[in-house]
Amino acid sequence: MTASTPVLTMTGISKQFPGVKALDGVDFRLLPGEVHALMGENGAGKSTLIKVLTGVHDIDEGRIELDGARVAFTGPLAAQQAGISTVYQEVNLCTNLSVAENIFIGREPRDRWGRIRWKEVRRRAAGILARLDLDIDVTASLSAYSLAVQQLVAIARAIDVQAKVLILDEPTSSLDAGEVQQLFRVMRRLKDDGIAILFVSHFLDQIYEISDRMTILRNGRLVGEYLTKELPQVELVAKMIGQELAELERLHGTAKVFDRPLVEARELGRAGAIEPFTLTIHEGEVVGLAGLLGSGRTEIARLLFGADHASTGEIAIGGTPQPLRTPRAAMSHKIAFCSENRRSEGLIPDLTVRENLVLALQAARGWTRPLPRSRQDELVSRYVAALNIRPADPDQLIRNLSGGNQQKVLLARWLILEPRLLILDEPTRGIDVGAKAEIQRLVAELSGGGMAVLFISAELEEVLRLSHRVAVLRDRRLVAELDNDDRLTTESLMETIAGGGHPA
Amino acid sequence: MLVTAGLFAAMFVAGGVRYEGFATGQIVLNVFIDNGFLLVVAVGLTFVILTGGIDLSVGAVVALSTMVSASLLQAGWPWWAVIALVLAMGVVLGGGMGAIIHFFGIQPFIVTLAGMFLARGLCYTIGTDSIPITDPAFTAFAQTRIDLFADLWISPSVLIAVAVVLVAAYVLHYTRFGRAVYATGGSEQSALLMGLPVARTKITVYTVSGLCSALGGVLLAFYMLSGYGLHAVGMELDAIAAVVIGGTLLTGGSGYLLGTVLGVLVLGLIQTVISFEGTLSSWWTKIFIGALLLVFILLQRLMSRRGA
Ligand SMILES: Nc1ncnc2c1ncn2[C@@H]1O[C@H](COP(=O)(O)OP(=O)(O)OP(=O)(O)O)[C@@H](O)[C@H]1O
Ligand SMILES: [Mg+2]
Repeated sequence: MTASTPVLTMTGISKQFPGVKALDGVDFRLLPGEVHALMGENGAGKSTLIKVLTGVHDIDEGRIELDGARVAFTGPLAAQQAGISTVYQEVNLCTNLSVAENIFIGREPRDRWGRIRWKEVRRRAAGILARLDLDIDVTASLSAYSLAVQQLVAIARAIDVQAKVLILDEPTSSLDAGEVQQLFRVMRRLKDDGIAILFVSHFLDQIYEISDRMTILRNGRLVGEYLTKELPQVELVAKMIGQELAELERLHGTAKVFDRPLVEARELGRAGAIEPFTLTIHEGEVVGLAGLLGSGRTEIARLLFGADHASTGEIAIGGTPQPLRTPRAAMSHKIAFCSENRRSEGLIPDLTVRENLVLALQAARGWTRPLPRSRQDELVSRYVAALNIRPADPDQLIRNLSGGNQQKVLLARWLILEPRLLILDEPTRGIDVGAKAEIQRLVAELSGGGMAVLFISAELEEVLRLSHRVAVLRDRRLVAELDNDDRLTTESLMETIAGGGHPA
Repeated sequence: MLVTAGLFAAMFVAGGVRYEGFATGQIVLNVFIDNGFLLVVAVGLTFVILTGGIDLSVGAVVALSTMVSASLLQAGWPWWAVIALVLAMGVVLGGGMGAIIHFFGIQPFIVTLAGMFLARGLCYTIGTDSIPITDPAFTAFAQTRIDLFADLWISPSVLIAVAVVLVAAYVLHYTRFGRAVYATGGSEQSALLMGLPVARTKITVYTVSGLCSALGGVLLAFYMLSGYGLHAVGMELDAIAAVVIGGTLLTGGSGYLLGTVLGVLVLGLIQTVISFEGTLSSWWTKIFIGALLLVFILLQRLMSRRGA
């Protein structure tokens, strides 16, 4: 494989944003028929490298060669036409259009007179999705589907193009294990066809499973290029963060006994979304929610936050039943919900880091009582440091932050509120290993201080590390509640999720 | 859009019950005859609104078109050259505004507001009075009746308007440009990253709107047989109202052309009802349109909330 010539070489690439040198003399090459992982912490410059390559941003210095010829793309369209097909980090689709259209827009099959052949569009869209094991109604509007489906649709769009180079920037961030496997099967097939694949992910296991070679960036600089099989995981992490990462210990080893119930859901349910369930969350307790995608995890969170209305049952807070009809009502009981859909439901791209951070707190205080500037500064600097948000400049606009750093800001916004119950839906998605550990430690610390946490994550290791108790969901039903003691492992948890019928 | 259709049917039936001689096919056709130009303008505007933009210049461009037509005809130009020139002028104006909006990243509201003042201003540099049109081709066009079956008739303008609607509907639903219009309205950023020609799409929709306004102006010149700087005052607002009542979201990305047609019909029918009523002043039309607009925007809001 080393003998073949690269399809793509980038040499000496530099990119300066106002105040940030995002890329500094980076070299990168991509060989045909390989999966090449681009690694680095949040804000290392991975997405910027991809955007510079595909013409979303101009480059300041350096040259790009495709098949030996120098290129400079004017935009994604030009890159696509030259055979570079890209899925950008933030799922970029038009949710107002149908699924089929999102896959084909811009290159719909047409007849001789330029008329779009809709039948053909739908038929082929269903065919491509079938390759990803996805059987959905392609005529429905994309907004009807979850983020995971949308991500798969974006991938479907990219793999259908006859491309030489396929770029996937964190394509797996909202997929569950089965979907990832399906994607990997497709990637392997494409690889065998000689397509070069650039892959970005913060899931190290996935990197080791699929990639042949990796390039590591740190703070916009190239660290090096390595063969995946020659670089052990610890060394990779050390190279990414520039120091050794302490061994990840289990943060809550044993299940403690909690006796002060905070929020109790009694036979709470919503027709079509989640079967009635009973769940008690105590003060200071971290309850993990495990289950496959679509098993009802997010639905439970939304019910507890008042974002959806329950059709049966009731919620009691501190022993007294409370109708939580709106998120506002829930917030007045100090329940906070950090949703999984950060782009559409959370951040305001044109406000600064500071403003985004204090938004929820300010809203809770009411607009007539502005938060004093000194208090803002104090809170902001504390959380920027705690979560290692970079660049550590509170006046930077949110939209200029890397995807992972945006996620951290959103998380900090809710942490600042110091709620009594914090619901975290996939809080560490898209966040690098170092920051992940930081976030987990912070959550543990807060729960030690008496805050209750409902923690939703597709990563079972993470759930196990953090939770005192794990509630397992299957097919929109709460099937088990397991104490997180030494007997509970990812394997046994997996079994319960899959329907092994672990007794509660 | 179903709501609009229902509303139209309800108004028609109610009118029929209340007034003698209301519920005839000719009433509907008259609405078309009296509002053909509005329909054409609203079609162009639908493209713009679907991308999430707005075009405030349409009324002024209509007026300018009547003015240019009348003065050139008076100067002895042949009718076909006049029409061609007016349409070209609409294209240039619309395309120019689109280009400014796109390349300088200025709000469409501002740019087309400037376009509106420019076009109205140009009218008065041509003349401050109404210029009558006596050209035989134009008058023939204005007076021709095309008989349909059973005593029903339409004017040639209606044919043109219907043709515009059909072509536009085809373009929106069966061409890549049309789909790019919807995508741009859904999310411009995404459309760009999906590799769609966003720049071209945006400039083209304003060009289409300019062209439709110019054509609307020509139809209005047929209808009025005069050119005047005070023609079509406030028409941009009628057109926007028609598009919104037709179910197109002002934020872009969602709506159908058939809705716009129904929107224009509803507006026209309100006028008809008021004139049948006889005792009401024509300002009631505005009041009704205002109320309807409010109701429809609230409806859209509710529906999109339920969808989310
Ligand atoms: N449009 C922009 N304007 C200013 N700064 C930017 C812009 N886009 C990115 N940056 C900065 O460039 C740096 C690199 O960001 P980039 O998005 O490439 O990171 P990344 O490696 O993809 O991180 P993540 O893993 O979080 O996605 C960051 O410091 C970011 O704040
Ligand atoms: Mg990134």
